[in-house]
Amino acid sequence: MSDNYTYDAIVVGSGISGGWAAKELTEKGLKVLMLERGKNIEHVKDYINAHKGPWEYPHHGRPTREMKENEPVLRRDYPLNERTWGTWASHQESPYVEKERFDWYRAYNVGGRSLLWGRQSYRLNREDFMANGKEGVGTDWPIRYEDLADWYSYVEKFAGISGSHEGLDVIPDSEFLPPMPLNVVEKDIAARIKKAYGGTRHLVIGRTAHLTESRPEQNRVQCQYRARCWLGCPYGGYFSTQSATLPAAMATGNLTLRPFSIVKELIYDKDTKRVTGVEVLDAETNQTYVFKSKIVFLNASALNSTWVLMNSANDIWEGGLGSSSGELGHNLMDHHFRVGAAGEIEGYEDKYTYGRRPTGFYVPRFVNWGDDKRDYLRGFGYQGSANRQGVYRDNAEMGIGAELKDAITEPGPWRISATAFGEVLPDHRNRVYLNSEVKDKWGLPVLEFDAKIRENEYKMRKDMANEMAEMFERSGVKNVTTYDNDYALGMGIHEMGTARMGRDPKSSVLNAHNQVWDAPNVFVTDGAAMTSASCVNPSLTYMALTARAADFAVEELKRGNI
Amino acid sequence: MNRRKLLKMIAAATGASLVGADAMAYVEMPAATPLEKTGFSKDDYVLWEAVCDTIIPRTDTPGAVDAGTPAFTLRFVTDCYDNNQLAHFKVGLVDLEKRSQQQFGESVAALSAEQRHDFLSVVNNEANAFNSSETAGQGAWAVVTSKGLPHYFTLMKQITLFGFFTSELGATKVLRYVSVPGRYDGDFAYKKGDRAWAPEF
Repeated sequence: MSDNYTYDAIVVGSGISGGWAAKELTEKGLKVLMLERGKNIEHVKDYINAHKGPWEYPHHGRPTREMKENEPVLRRDYPLNERTWGTWASHQESPYVEKERFDWYRAYNVGGRSLLWGRQSYRLNREDFMANGKEGVGTDWPIRYEDLADWYSYVEKFAGISGSHEGLDVIPDSEFLPPMPLNVVEKDIAARIKKAYGGTRHLVIGRTAHLTESRPEQNRVQCQYRARCWLGCPYGGYFSTQSATLPAAMATGNLTLRPFSIVKELIYDKDTKRVTGVEVLDAETNQTYVFKSKIVFLNASALNSTWVLMNSANDIWEGGLGSSSGELGHNLMDHHFRVGAAGEIEGYEDKYTYGRRPTGFYVPRFVNWGDDKRDYLRGFGYQGSANRQGVYRDNAEMGIGAELKDAITEPGPWRISATAFGEVLPDHRNRVYLNSEVKDKWGLPVLEFDAKIRENEYKMRKDMANEMAEMFERSGVKNVTTYDNDYALGMGIHEMGTARMGRDPKSSVLNAHNQVWDAPNVFVTDGAAMTSASCVNPSLTYMALTARAADFAVEELKRGNI
Repeated sequence: MNRRKLLKMIAAATGASLVGADAMAYVEMPAATPLEKTGFSKDDYVLWEAVCDTIIPRTDTPGAVDAGTPAFTLRFVTDCYDNNQLAHFKVGLVDLEKRSQQQFGESVAALSAEQRHDFLSVVNNEANAFNSSETAGQGAWAVVTSKGLPHYFTLMKQITLFGFFTSELGATKVLRYVSVPGRYDGDFAYKKGDRAWAPEF
């Protein structure tokens, strides 16, 4: 490859939104360079753990003391383990500063977090796009549900979203593949909840980006119910860059993928008010390259896209490209969770489950919905499942020896649990900014975090525990307990905001087409663009925003506007 | 879809030609510390093997010793326990041996299977009583990860169960292990005595 080549478009990042940008732009005939700061992971071939049993890991999958010492952030939750080791970004190479605790779990390799995501996929609803405007919170979304509906359909048909048609306004139906089944206990609880609440509350199967029908045309095989998704799926059973968008982009012959390419800044031309290309630091050689293009799609993940903007056009704006709004780096959001309820199910002793279903049930938001009014804004949904307890259940009363072995190797009683995922309000005070005193492995300044959940979220958390407990109790679940395992912003791994869309360049970084107001040939279509967070998993919305923006960008190029 | 066609599709479903070095991002882990470098003595091992054997004996299915659990767990605690947990585990080994000597005039490993079972059952009951008085938390792993340490025998029991059920013999011969289920059945018949599915980790 020539290292001083001019492309039609440069896509920064190769995760969920970057993959979509590359696919859409190449399929529309543009010559595209996709830059990824980390290593390559080749589909199937590099999923080296995909077929391993737990005994094939040195510590059967669990992290060592040394790993914990080296990874002070990853160790805070599930990402630190032997199974996915090497896929989550290392704090040693890529540190950041926490004025307030922020758990930032990043994946710096081709595919990004599309290999490590939770795959739950829901459309935002009509109210989600209007709530900010109605309530005077943050700024109004510059688009409405109707602007995105067709694009949701478009990306769903390609990505493959399994789910059930429910006809509920609160979670608009997608273009679904057949749903995965609720199990026998979940079905009964769903019926009881429906009855107990007069049809106003619902328990449905989770909507997930898994194929429930094989797609030979995409070289993808339907989900095999292994639940080893985070090890990379050799069947292409779930949507990832590797399984879906990258092969499509490659098939056009228009894509060049360059791993180990850290984008240091966008090169801004103040005369034309356009970006002319990007400056790249090769992560292996430390050499600098310049790549030119007509348009740039920033899909580096919410906070890294903002980092790139902050490091760009500093001779014009000290705070970087997009900072003229006063909002770049602000309004950082996530989904707050780790709170919910659990209980025991009596009976069903002649029932069990077969296969490891990679989704659970979903209870859509019901608070502040319709006639329901609370003393806080917005709401939450629940994700959960019912299962028979396994070999790690409480064994205190089982003694030791043959008696223990007999008892614990049979499945235990059924339990049901559900965790709430709540909306975090956009708040100008919740922000990230550059810290130039701390440098990463490549000598680049790092982000510092000053953000936390506040009164609205804390009020909501009480309901997040209690409402589920009440639903379980009213549907016959026994010994119901609530829990709040504490939460720090970022743990949801749903970072959103910091370069929000809006209607006014004085209060937003991006316009209704995800163009940076101050450089209309730059599009930001990852989580950074989110004007509010909703309470549903956000990735499907990034896909739709990206496809929509790519279509607009190509039209604008044709019209000669950018 | 038949298996041949499926395999063909999988083989064809590869990604990109690309620029740059070909590095794996799912990293092979270095091996666990070899047993002889864990700092545990031969006597420690013999003692610990007897404890594992008593917690999960061979019955009509393999036991912890068959599965190599004693060696795995000593390597595991060496590499994965924090210093407090590891010290607590070692104190436990010393205490078990001391009590066995006091009670029987013999080391744990020299006791008959029945004596070991009775002796460690008493310790297990003490551990339960201690845990319910001293620590909070639900479920086996919650006790380990809570700030206070549980009774040392609880650590021993947990690590033995974990090592055993994630071993190949434990997962495939004692529990039921299916690498590629291929489907989900949420209404799967169960009759008393059927074994549980092996945990993934």
